Amino acid sequence: MTTHTVLKVESLAFERNDAVLFQPVDFELKAGEALQILGVNGSGKTTLFQLLTAILPSSSGQISYREQPLSDCRYEYLSNVLFIGHQSGVKAALTVEENLRWMSPNNTSCEKISAALEVVGLSEYAQIHCANLSAGQKRRVALARLITSQAKLWLLDEPLTSLDKQGVELVERCMNQHLAQGGAILFSSHQDLAQVTTRNYKLEPLMEVA
Amino acid sequence: MANNLSGGFKAYLYRDILIAQRDRGDLSKPLMFFLLVAVMVPLAIAPEANKLSAIAPGLIWILALLATLLSIERLFSEDYADGSLEQLLISPNLLMMPILGKITAHWLVIGLPLTLLSPVIAIWFSLPISAMVPMMLSLALGTAVLSLIGAVGAALTLPRQGGVLLALLVMPLYMPVLIFGSATIQAAVDGLNWLAPLAMLAALLAVAIVLCPLAISAGLRIAKNG
Repeated sequence: MTTHTVLKVESLAFERNDAVLFQPVDFELKAGEALQILGVNGSGKTTLFQLLTAILPSSSGQISYREQPLSDCRYEYLSNVLFIGHQSGVKAALTVEENLRWMSPNNTSCEKISAALEVVGLSEYAQIHCANLSAGQKRRVALARLITSQAKLWLLDEPLTSLDKQGVELVERCMNQHLAQGGAILFSSHQDLAQVTTRNYKLEPLMEVA
Repeated sequence: MANNLSGGFKAYLYRDILIAQRDRGDLSKPLMFFLLVAVMVPLAIAPEANKLSAIAPGLIWILALLATLLSIERLFSEDYADGSLEQLLISPNLLMMPILGKITAHWLVIGLPLTLLSPVIAIWFSLPISAMVPMMLSLALGTAVLSLIGAVGAALTLPRQGGVLLALLVMPLYMPVLIFGSATIQAAVDGLNWLAPLAMLAALLAVAIVLCPLAISAGLRIAKNG
């Protein structure tokens, strides 16, 4: 199979309150490829992810999924996207297992859930309420979705925040496996990954000279 | 695809009931408010049966309305804060079903218990037994409308927790429910036909089920956009 373009972004821009957030973004993401978004704090990385998940409407530019504009294939695109945001969506009142079940596809088997918890090292915590977990452990709950999800395209906003060394290695292993299966990953991080081959894209803040 | 649609409804319904059941303290606040005020009124006004039964239809409905309003503001704010609202917004399916699931859960943990508690208050206010069934029917239908309309306000006031703004937004829309709800009980007390105001409540519910989820989805998208 030849590698095809999964996601293509052309001169994407976003304006909020008449202020343009970053210089127009252009990149292409192919199957089996990982792209790391770099940028200083406040350069709009999280906003970029919200544009790519169609949570925010872009001001100008185009996003295409498999050569089709996003507006024409919204259902297909969103069914194939796994997005883990800065706020991970973990519910404090639910247990670890309930959270993962809730965030995984409908038909995920119990074995797969417990296998995923095993991989992220939370098996013993399965019945603990997430309110009692540390920040790193909550992040691991969210990252267990990397194992249960069947999505081809991963959009990960700061997946390594508050993870320990082993946690980072774990994410790297998951990423490599996903790439080997022909998946694509777009992620933001201030940290360089040792085990995963990535390309970089730097978000340039737009400096307006008054 | 049909499976996906109903799945979104059920998944959110179960999740929100589970969360409500874990936070029982928060859940019981509106119900305690409903009961406590009802207990205080006869003590503060006059314990005469005819006076109490004269104000009871209106009072029960005002209390039900305020109790719903107290609890609705948290409907989306927690999801907003922990990021699960983002996950809801990127679901490929329509937002209607998950939203209706959340509102149904809210009605099951607030509106339904209020309805079931109301006979206690009715006896406390010496309402005639013949008015019990109309009262409970009107509360069951009416609190569902209150949850639906309140959810529109909760979505529009995100990312803040509604508060006074939410009350101001939804109060005018709550008026028809208040009027037809108390009219149902009043008609039953007076021995008149109470089916007409009850039918109006049912009609309000039918309209709200169709229109409110549309307004809520738009409100949630605007909230993320702000």
